[in-house]
Amino acid sequence: MMPYPNYLIPASLPELFQFISSTKNSYLWIAGGTDLLLEIDQGRHPPADTLIDLTRLPAFSGIQISDAQLRIGACATITEVASHPMIRQVFPALADAAALIGGPQVRNCATLGGNIAHALPAADGAIALTALDARLEIVTSSSTRSVPIETLFAGPGKNTLQNDEVISAILLNMPQPGSGSAFQRIMRPQGVALPILNTAVWLNRTEDWLTEIHIAIGPSGTTPHRARELEAQLRGVPFDQISPGYIQELTDGLIHFRTSPQRATAGYRSAILPNLLFNTIQAAWKRSLNGVSND
Amino acid sequence: MIENDMRITVNGKDYQLPAVPGEMLADLLRERLHLTGTKVACGESECGACTVILDGKPVLSCNVPAIKAHGRSVITIEGIAQAYRQQYHHPEANLHPLQEAFVATGAVQCGFCIPGQLMTAFGLLQENPDPDEEDIKAALKDTLCRCGSYPSFIRAIQAAAKTLRDGTPVEVEKPAEARQPGDVVGRFQPRADASAKVTGAAVFTDDLVFPDMLHARVKRALVPSGVVKAIHIERAAQLTGVVAILTAADIPGEHQHGLVVTDWPSLVGIGEEIRTIGDAIAIVAAETRAIASQALELIDFEFEPLPVIASPRAALKAEQRQLHPHGNLLKHIKVRKGDIAAGFQDADHIFEHSYFTPMHDHAFMEPERSLARPLENGRMEIYVGSQIPYSDRDSIARALAVSPESIHVRGQLIGGGFGGKEDIAGQIHAALLAQRTGRPVKLRYDRHESLIAHPKRHATEIRVKLGMRNNGRLTAVETELYGDTGAYASLGEKVMTRATTHSSGPYEIPHVKADCYAVYTNNPPAGAFRGFGVLQSAFAIESIMDEAASQLSLSPIDLRKINALRTGSLTNTGQLLTESVGLSECISLVEKALEKSIDGDPFMPRTVPGNEHLVRAWGFAVAYKNTGLGGGAPDKASAEIELRADGTFEARTSSAELGQGLPTVLQLIAAETLHQPPSNLSVLLSDTDLTPDGGPTTASRQTFVTGNAVRYAAQKLLEWMISNLAELYDVPPSRIFFREGLAHIDDLALTMREVAAKLLATHPHLTADYTYFAPQTSPLGTPGDMHFAYSFAAQAAQVEVNRHNGEVSVRHVIAANDVGYAINPLGLRAQMEGGIIMGIGHALSEAFLTENGYAINDRLARYRMPSIAMTPRIETYIVEHGVSAGPFGAKGVGEIVLIPTIPAITNAIFHATGVRVDHLPVDQELIFRQLNPACEA
Repeated sequence: MMPYPNYLIPASLPELFQFISSTKNSYLWIAGGTDLLLEIDQGRHPPADTLIDLTRLPAFSGIQISDAQLRIGACATITEVASHPMIRQVFPALADAAALIGGPQVRNCATLGGNIAHALPAADGAIALTALDARLEIVTSSSTRSVPIETLFAGPGKNTLQNDEVISAILLNMPQPGSGSAFQRIMRPQGVALPILNTAVWLNRTEDWLTEIHIAIGPSGTTPHRARELEAQLRGVPFDQISPGYIQELTDGLIHFRTSPQRATAGYRSAILPNLLFNTIQAAWKRSLNGVSND
Repeated sequence: MIENDMRITVNGKDYQLPAVPGEMLADLLRERLHLTGTKVACGESECGACTVILDGKPVLSCNVPAIKAHGRSVITIEGIAQAYRQQYHHPEANLHPLQEAFVATGAVQCGFCIPGQLMTAFGLLQENPDPDEEDIKAALKDTLCRCGSYPSFIRAIQAAAKTLRDGTPVEVEKPAEARQPGDVVGRFQPRADASAKVTGAAVFTDDLVFPDMLHARVKRALVPSGVVKAIHIERAAQLTGVVAILTAADIPGEHQHGLVVTDWPSLVGIGEEIRTIGDAIAIVAAETRAIASQALELIDFEFEPLPVIASPRAALKAEQRQLHPHGNLLKHIKVRKGDIAAGFQDADHIFEHSYFTPMHDHAFMEPERSLARPLENGRMEIYVGSQIPYSDRDSIARALAVSPESIHVRGQLIGGGFGGKEDIAGQIHAALLAQRTGRPVKLRYDRHESLIAHPKRHATEIRVKLGMRNNGRLTAVETELYGDTGAYASLGEKVMTRATTHSSGPYEIPHVKADCYAVYTNNPPAGAFRGFGVLQSAFAIESIMDEAASQLSLSPIDLRKINALRTGSLTNTGQLLTESVGLSECISLVEKALEKSIDGDPFMPRTVPGNEHLVRAWGFAVAYKNTGLGGGAPDKASAEIELRADGTFEARTSSAELGQGLPTVLQLIAAETLHQPPSNLSVLLSDTDLTPDGGPTTASRQTFVTGNAVRYAAQKLLEWMISNLAELYDVPPSRIFFREGLAHIDDLALTMREVAAKLLATHPHLTADYTYFAPQTSPLGTPGDMHFAYSFAAQAAQVEVNRHNGEVSVRHVIAANDVGYAINPLGLRAQMEGGIIMGIGHALSEAFLTENGYAINDRLARYRMPSIAMTPRIETYIVEHGVSAGPFGAKGVGEIVLIPTIPAITNAIFHATGVRVDHLPVDQELIFRQLNPACEA
């Protein structure tokens, strides 16, 4: 399949919106294109007449801090996210997840915006951003608004964006003192060689207590989402009370997986979750003890 | 807005080019700028071969739209030496230190991935001038090398980094030499072809372009079973740019091919049977590859489905549909020695278990490519990387109904083979289209097509029953094997024969019985793959030997020592081993190295302090593997050597270089024999006009069989030169000798150029040829030797198992290989290390899965071959129990290196966890489940 009959690289948003308002043909946004181009090539995504490349729009690039908020341009590459000193220090769950996406060459092209727009239920970047309660900046020809990340996901590979909407940035509020985050995952190299379980945790502590915790577990449903019932059970619990066994009692019957042929059974995922989640909470907790750092 | 024109800087040069719809950066570089050093090996962002530097960062050029590089700067493999000259002010440097270090460490084998490795490493060193091993593994984790040169990549990158940091020359640690090196054999010798492979100058088939060339594609069945009722090519034929579409009805000659049994249709015609998803229905030649691809979508065929026969057991059921006229059983193979019932009666203990191995894909980095070019004189040239050029020539001639002499196979560099380029692939299709159109035709498989179409390693089911005395002595071994040879025979009978004869292991056993059933199914065909059946049966026998050791509380090492084949042993096929049985020394070397590595019993589990869920232990296994075809097959190779007017020698034979290092082996053998420096000797391979038939490149036979042909041709040329010089100078031949590149005639010393000038005055060519016949062997079941030599090996592997989730990693492997004589130590190390890497992949991640005849792993993303991240510490030892008929005592190397790795790993898992792995690959979920029986489905 011809991956791109036409390819546009607009230099500004007006240029972009003028094109889409004037064209009658189909178009798709493309950033790194590392997944999209393969999906089109392999017949897993319908092709479009035009691919519109977002990577040279100034508003979509760069990573900046302003007003206690970190703004990651949607077209910041995964390499930029993984190696950014502020992200590594303040949002280590995101830096950890980004460092595990694809391989080094892919990370140099792939973007954080693309990772979440693809809307896969266990996308490493999306899982981390979900636990970090990220918001997305969405632009149209006439507006800019921000929405919680979870509202983006409509199902595996489906997002809620309208045709004329595009993610321009990922927004993260700078955390209060006493918080920490972490991301971990488990691969299974046999079969079709994909990650089988990942989890991201953000937490806040007061002395030895968990005062707040956000957890995202992929793929525990059709979209990346916070495990709110589980979070509620852990909120207010002293950290030293938490163990893999404690977590297992909470997750049993609460977190549901499906069996993916050649990848993992639901039972295996459920059984290995407690240790993975415990390790992730522990890593986030250690970081919260150190103030904010990425040790 | 960028839409039509693009500006791009490549290796410092500016280009302004029109944008081409759909074009990827790799296409732009390769096809429009003719920078063919950048390779495309998967087209799906999995392998890293196409890596280039875009604005300072390594990217995968096969999946970056070319237009994305507009206004940006690209560095390719062709540009890194220049970048070094400029950046480091070394105007005289021919190579970047990375390139130099890759050559010196022997990191370059087949060479197809090397540009990608170098570009990835180049990117790493730009950011990190002093990378440690972990940094290198992180950076190169998705840049795959099927030869498994990863340990040398690490050596090379660190050596180059040092040179870049301090300006000192590239220094590398040299591998151990042969115990008794000659003037050149047994000594360090970098590959002659490595320089071209590190600069991107090396030409592989897909790099060739001819004027007026067409591009071919193949319409595949993609259903595993059915009868073709109609083929509709009309719509495709009307597409502008389509030049020819052929179906079975258009084949002028024979419709079927096959290396042993001609049962494989080049195209499945109307009324004929589809037997596997890769079967070809039609072939298209068009002006561009894109048009040919479009044409495929416009070709329809109708078929009547037939029930799919998905396994050997199903195929052998009574009343089952027969896939071929001679039935579903390709061959029942038997080994009998002694009286098996008596053997079990003699035993104090009986152990019995069944083991299962899946299909494996060779996943050579270079997918199949063939280029057919009709000549004005009526002949046709075939450019291809093939393991058996003369067989290709004859198969093509039969399909085209022309004489074999009218076909000229010009073998190209081969980007990995491992047995997967023995069966003919696109060669016949390209030739048919070239014959029809009168134009050059290039046929390039993409990775998806390669995975679907070419033969795999046989999936097997192997039941082993051991009889053993209390003291560990084997009294009897009975095995029963089922091998899935898929839709076509390929080399199935040979592979499964090797599996059967090796199925009782490298042990002296009084009573042996083996029965093997090689069976047709609707799965992809299975054929040759490094290890050739022995890999599968070694997994079975070495697993049950480990189990026996454990049950009888014997050391796994001692149990092997007790039973090991030695000089004077009688094998299971009744062969008396008279020499070259270095198994006991291999076992002892590994045992000693283990003692140095760990205090106490290596087979006891040990948890990692502070991480009690991580548990480690060692495992042990041994193996043997035949050198040469054996079984009564005539095994011969022809070679010739010429002294040319310029004083250089060329050795010629059609044997193939797949990356294993054959040219260096032949170069060293000839140079030693002719008393020349290796640099004065070049090697030409794989050309049916220019090189004599070296036979198939298979069965670890090249060093021995072709090596001997070259050795004796060199000897013959030397004697001929001496006798002619004796006549010319009127001295007795005994006063003429060659030494250090010169001919000494009494006090006179002549250079080779002078010798050539003297002799060419009276002779048109200074060439000697020789056809070497390997020692005769006997067919299985008849008295005599099954094989003329065997290589032996022992390996120990240390694994770490994560009890929280069953994850397994290999931390350390110790290997000793009896190779007879280490002719080419640098290449030998690369083969030993690369074999272990492939073994780790087979043990831990690789499986080519099918479901009712359909392929599940039809993309490289779904077939996980080992990356540098899975590379453990590797220690290798060479054992040299020479074969008297071998060149300098050498025997085969290419396969033995990989065979014990798998059971060493699975046995280590048993010692770490108590979980006995009987299905490959190791499944971490199954390990976890056995450790946690409460885990629900």
